[in-house]
This record gives sequence, C-alpha cells and structure tokens, in this order.
Amino acid sequence: MELLEKTDKIHETMLKNFEEKIERGDAIEPKDKMPDGYRKHLMRQMSQHAHSEVIGMQPEGNWITRAPSLRAKQILLAKIQDEGGHGLYLYSAAETLGISRDEMIAQLHSGKAKYSNIFNYPALTWADIGAIGWLVDGAAIVNQVSLQRTSYGPYSRAMVRICKEESFHQRQGYEIMANMMKGTKDQQEMAQDAMNRWWWPSLMMFGPHDSESPHTGDAFKWKIKRHSNDELRQKFIDKTVQQAEVIGLTIPDKDLKWNEEKKCYNHGAINWDEFYRVIGGNGPCNKQRMDHHVKVHNEGAWVRAAADAYRLKKEKQLLHL
Amino acid sequence: MATDSQLATWEVFMQSKPGANYIHAGSVHAADKQMALQNARDTYTRRGEGTSIWVVPTDAITASNPDDNDMFFDPANDKVYRHPTFYVMPEGAKAI
Amino acid sequence: MGDDALIQSYRLSEWCSNAPILEEDLALTNFALDMTGRAQAMLSYAGQVEGKGRTDDDLAYKRKERDFYNHLIMELPNGDFAYTIARLFFTSTFEFFFFNQLQNSADTTLAAIAAKTIKEVRYHNAHAIDWVLRLGDGTEESHNKIQKAVNELWMFTGELFETEEVDALLRDQNIAVDMPVIADKWKEHVAQVLSEATLTIPESGYMQSGSNKGIHTEHLGHILTEMQYLQRAYPEATW
Repeated sequence: MELLEKTDKIHETMLKNFEEKIERGDAIEPKDKMPDGYRKHLMRQMSQHAHSEVIGMQPEGNWITRAPSLRAKQILLAKIQDEGGHGLYLYSAAETLGISRDEMIAQLHSGKAKYSNIFNYPALTWADIGAIGWLVDGAAIVNQVSLQRTSYGPYSRAMVRICKEESFHQRQGYEIMANMMKGTKDQQEMAQDAMNRWWWPSLMMFGPHDSESPHTGDAFKWKIKRHSNDELRQKFIDKTVQQAEVIGLTIPDKDLKWNEEKKCYNHGAINWDEFYRVIGGNGPCNKQRMDHHVKVHNEGAWVRAAADAYRLKKEKQLLHL
Repeated sequence: MATDSQLATWEVFMQSKPGANYIHAGSVHAADKQMALQNARDTYTRRGEGTSIWVVPTDAITASNPDDNDMFFDPANDKVYRHPTFYVMPEGAKAI
Repeated sequence: MGDDALIQSYRLSEWCSNAPILEEDLALTNFALDMTGRAQAMLSYAGQVEGKGRTDDDLAYKRKERDFYNHLIMELPNGDFAYTIARLFFTSTFEFFFFNQLQNSADTTLAAIAAKTIKEVRYHNAHAIDWVLRLGDGTEESHNKIQKAVNELWMFTGELFETEEVDALLRDQNIAVDMPVIADKWKEHVAQVLSEATLTIPESGYMQSGSNKGIHTEHLGHILTEMQYLQRAYPEATW
C-alpha cells in the first residue's frame, strides 16, 4: 500500500513537471518524462506524417519518366527526393520516442498506421503534378508551418528543416499551372480539370471540422497541435483563391464567397462521406499504394540482409586479425 | 540477421563551413560506416549545407538524464567569476 | 556522351520510390539528377556545335530511335538491385577514366563539363563499388544475384571502348580520349573490385555492338515512347 502511494506520488510529480514545462513553452526532449498519452499521440501523428511523405512519392513518381523537359524532370526528381528525405527526417524524429522504423513500417502494412488520404487519388495528367505541388503541398505547408512550434523538440526541429526545404515545392507546382494556363487550349483544359479534381481532397487534408475532431483536446493541451483544423483550412483557402484568380483558374465551388465581415472566404460544404469512404479503404488508389509499398519493402529484403551479413563478416575478420 | 529490417541507426553531425562547430542534423539507417557516411551525405547535404560530416552509431551516444539536471547544471550557475564581466577594470585601461 | 547521361538518368530515375531502403532511394535519385544535369550540358553544347538552333530539349525529346547514340548498356531495363548496381559499377568506372582524360581536352567546353562530371562520377563509382562488395561478399543469395548480373551485362561492356575513324581524328587533335588506354585501366580496376567481392570475372566472349550506328536494343523505343510522350502528343505546347 505504501509502495503504491509512493509510485502514485512520483507519477504525480512527473505529470506536474511535464505540464509546467509545456506551460512555460519549453520543448520536451526524448529523455524527459512524459505521459503515455503524449508519447502515443506523437508516435501516431509523426509516423502518419512520415508515411505520408513516403507514400506521397508514388503519385508524383508516376510522372518522372514522362516529364516534358529536362528542367521539368530535374525539378520533379528533386521534389520527390525531398519527400523521401522528409519521410526520413520524420521517421528519425519518431524513433527518438522509442519506436523503430521497422515497427512503423510494419504498422503501416498491417493498417494500424495511416497516411494522408490525399495520396489515394490518382495523378492522371501532367497538370496533376502542378496541382499536387500547388494545392497538396500548399495545404501541407500551412499545417507544417504551424507544427514548427509543436512541443516535442525533435518533431519541431524536423518541421523547421522541412519547411525550409518545402518552400520551392508549392512554387514549382504553381509555375506548372501558370505555364499551362498561358498555353494551348488543351493545356488550359488539363489544368482546370486537375484543379477540379484536387481542390476538394486538398481541403479534406486538414481533417474533420473542429466540432467533430476526436483527438483535438489533448493535442492542444499538450501543444502538439497549435492551430485547429478549421483555422488552418481557412488560411489555405484565403491564400489560394487569389493565386487561382491570377492565372485564370476557377475554384470548383459555387458557394465560395468573400465574407466582408470576417475578412475571409466562406466555402461550400465538404463531402465528408467521400472523405470517410476513402479513409475506409475505398479510394481509387488505396490498394495500389499499399501494394507498391509492401512489394518494394519485400523485394529489398535480400539487399538489406546482404548489407548486414557483409558487416558481420567484416567485423569478425577484424577480430581475428 | 536482426529482426529489424531497416539496418542500424547512426547520428549525423554536420559542419556547415570550415572551422564551424559540428551540429547534430538527424539520423540515418545504414549497415556500415561507409554506408552511413554516404547516406548522410545524400540525405543531409542536398542543398550544399555541409563541408564535413561525422556519423556515430546511435547506441554509442550517452546522454545526460533530465532528472539529474539540478545536480549536473545548477552548480555552475553561481560561479560568476568564470565570466569576464565579473571583474572591475580600472578606468582608462585598454585592450583588456 | 549526352545520350549516355540522358538514358542512364532515365533508368536510375525509375528507382525513385522503388529502392530497397529509403536512404538508397535518395542516393539513386541524386545520381539521376547529376546525370540529367550532365545531359543538359552535353546536349546544349551538341546543339550549338550543330548550329541548327536545336536546344537540349529538342535533342532529348524530338529525335528518333536511330538518331540516339547512347551505349546499349545504358538502355537495358533496371532488373533487380544487383543488376542496377553492376551496371552502375561498369559504367561509372568507364566514365571515371573517360572524363578524367577528357578534362585535358583541347575543347574547353568539353574540358569544363568533364571537370564538373568527374567529381560526380567519382562518387557514383565509390557508391557502386561499396555495394558490389556488400552484395558479392554478403549472403549466398546476394552473391548469386550480383554474379548473374555481372555475367549478363558483360557482353555489353566491350562497346564502351569502341572507336571510329572520326574518334581517332579527334584524338589526334587532342579533343577526344585515347580509348585503348581507358579500356586497359577499366579492365584492371573492374578485375580488382570483382575479385575483392569474391566474384568471378567473366571470360571475354562475344561483345554486342551497334550504338555507333544508332542500332539499339528494343528497349530504347519504349524509353522514348514514355519520355517523349507529352512533347509528341502536344507538339504546339510549351511546358
């Protein structure tokens, strides 16, 4: 009984210290004591974020061999490589919480861990590469800028690095769209079609409305999340509408209207049935994306095993010298 | 072979320009030293961020325990005589 | 040389999001980027020398199969990781000696491109060698895979050192390189690495040839079909 009271006491002090730190705005570092819920929330969020970067390489990778100029090919390659790098930074930050990349990949394959829903949509034409860079990365950046101030040190540092590198991503996408809108009729139609298909899924990237978001409470209290889904979504809409107008693209939302009082745009209703249907596994590319990831992972197994075996051999040789 | 399919982790330290301190950049997975160095190069210097790289096996690093912070770091707080501003210099003395 | 870089970068870029480990994905993409840059520089210069106002993109995206002069080894499909590594080892070793000499070319543009390229190629070569050693002396499975790749690719390596009359002419003017010297260095270096990797050096047998005359494998046509798709489907458009 006495022992139990003592552990309770220790636990209480730990929680108090942790909350005081959060309150002061100090970053939490890997060896700091933290509540289980905080650790679990971060693991879930960071591994999802990392998986999204890596799965996100696929729809764009689909166009690498068909990029229409050497310059376009270089830009696209560099961008997809960045996504891979960002996945790597995020895995590496998540690993400081005591979960291995191997475990995270296993969770992705078993379906326990998710990735961003947006990548379950197909990249059909070259204009989709523009739309993904401009809208999808544009939406991601709004979220990531906010996350630079997240309370977990390694996560925040990874986000700072990622934001710095991502600044060209959105611009390259917008440049593709702008060039196409200045081009032939075919190109203009292609650009508008991509806009029509990617606009709504991009808005869904911010997640359900604040009124329906299950994890929001703790995430705010612990300063993992610094802005709400709706706030971030609004920010994205407000900056994107003007960019679309400049190059002559129409936002596919007939209810979109400037709200003079609130100084922001009102938008039409988001089709949440579609959102939950795609998350539930019935998007156009869910199976394709996951099959690809599993296949690459399995096909690479013999290479990783060989690298490990070679290291062991060399270590043994060194010992016998 | 280990059950982990992703190879061991290495911590990466980068020097941004000659003469600068090495600063922790993140980590990479690799089977051996050469691979770790090359992976660090391909991951963390894509924008010409570095002039030199160190890689260290993650498990070779020992970190201080936050619970010991008071005994580790507080005792240095009152040793003001270690800082140059602690000393009163006679008026008019130059280059000191 | 521009076509070699272009086609090789095409094949390496196919590894993007397909590599055995994320770190290797970034590495192979870096190599593809290096090579695309080299293709740009070489093809721009080729266009200038030709004097018909064709740009690097014109040359990459608007030429026909028979007008490409890349070595056959560059266009072969990637196969497995061992196959790609064995190819990268063979080609980067060749490129290392080739560009090393080309740095001294009397043609200053070529010399400048070579001086930039040699740094990139040294790194590609070091990376490839490390993997040849790991795979060759790793597990039985990896050993067999890389040995098979070496054997299958061998007959495409002879073509790298072929010369024509015009090459000899350029060599005498100190513009092009001395191929027989490069061939000897290549053989010596390759033999050394393969034996360290516990691999068997294939016997010299028949060597494929044809790219000098624009005669390719069937694979090149498929590369061009994909690579040139947008330029051909929308000839009026600029991207």
